[in-house]
Amino acid sequence: MLKKRIIPCLDIRDGRTVKGVRFVDIRDAGDPLELAVRHASGGADELVLLNISPAGENRKTFAKCVERVAENINIPFTAGGGIDSIGDAELLLKAGADRISVNSSAVRNPGLINELADRFGSRCIVVAIDTNRIGDDWIVFTGGGRVSSGLKTVEWAVEAARRGAGEILLTSMMNDGTRSGYSIDITADVSRNVDIPVIASGGAGKKEHFKSVFLNTDCSAALAASIFHYGEIKIRKLKEYLYREHIPVRL
Amino acid sequence: MIAIVKYNTGNNLSLSNALTRLGYDNIITDNGEEIINASKVILPAGGEAAPAMKHLRERELDKLIPPLRQPVLGICLGFQLMCRYTEEAKINGLEIFNCSVRMFPKYDRLPHMGWNDFISVWGDIFRGISRKDDVYYAHSHYAGICSNTTAICDYILPFSAAMKKDNFYGVQFLPEKSAATGETILRNFLEL
Repeated sequence: MLKKRIIPCLDIRDGRTVKGVRFVDIRDAGDPLELAVRHASGGADELVLLNISPAGENRKTFAKCVERVAENINIPFTAGGGIDSIGDAELLLKAGADRISVNSSAVRNPGLINELADRFGSRCIVVAIDTNRIGDDWIVFTGGGRVSSGLKTVEWAVEAARRGAGEILLTSMMNDGTRSGYSIDITADVSRNVDIPVIASGGAGKKEHFKSVFLNTDCSAALAASIFHYGEIKIRKLKEYLYREHIPVRL
Repeated sequence: MIAIVKYNTGNNLSLSNALTRLGYDNIITDNGEEIINASKVILPAGGEAAPAMKHLRERELDKLIPPLRQPVLGICLGFQLMCRYTEEAKINGLEIFNCSVRMFPKYDRLPHMGWNDFISVWGDIFRGISRKDDVYYAHSHYAGICSNTTAICDYILPFSAAMKKDNFYGVQFLPEKSAATGETILRNFLEL
């Protein structure tokens, strides 16, 4: 049986792992290589490495970081942040990333998803979506969550899948960093409407939140950052708990 | 020296890194002589079937690989290229395994992405591996079950997770991304 995946995410700026609350108030969470190795040996199913340096800055530093991680871990990982072109994606794939993720650049230029999928194959392309509830609608935000695109989240996810995305990484901004649990309604809604895997992100604070998102939505994976980096939740313990709760996980 | 066959389509670095971690010298090459002289040959994952097969033909590796006598391992796309025919790309493969490659019917999410265990698994490169061990997959095409099958996985339908014929081995999953289980399988192959 295909397992539900647990994915630690490393937000990286200037060669360090950092973590914000609701996309702001950034603090240091350590050396990315050390964290990546610790998570890989601690039972993580894959990793996400996001370059959150201001757009275009430090592409080479980030690629170097990707290269070191690729040399040292034996599980798959996605690299993203600031990818505007085929060339940016190729730099990270050649550095050893298994998949790349695009976010704002795909909203600006949806054709980029087709180009990336044609060139590298859909299974290498993750479309990351930052979403926030405005009134009754879930709206897609870009620029690290600062700019409303006006796009409705489910519609954008469906379009991304149609254009060749191999996976959706869906982050609920209003939950991100709050440790109050994943946003069940938008995660369920997106998962219902696309036929590619969906990674739930934003809001994990305790192990029950993982159980809840797997039981109440059809997402394929759940992502979290700070609770794993600071060791408040041990990935192996979390997976043993999920297994006891009849969620299929890799032990 | 382990030869990793280059198709000019994907990144072969993941596999090279894994072999290096296991202590094996390796070279990424499409040079016939280097492939013939290697102690083991691996056709890696990465890229699409049609351009990869085109590259093998241009370098005349489609004629060089099938008669090789040393152990040869195909991984993911590399495994699919060792099969008879790929329906989607409408191309003949190396025709080592007597099986065609098809796109999964869309009864569940595609790609089949993530960790999955085996319905059954046997044979020398799976020494120390049990049915309950998970390995990592990322694919939308599969090879059905045939007389060469040595491991079966179930996603949408039962398909070949691995095949073996004489000195040729193929695995649909990515051992270099499958943590300790994948390392055991790779090591078993490398120690053949």
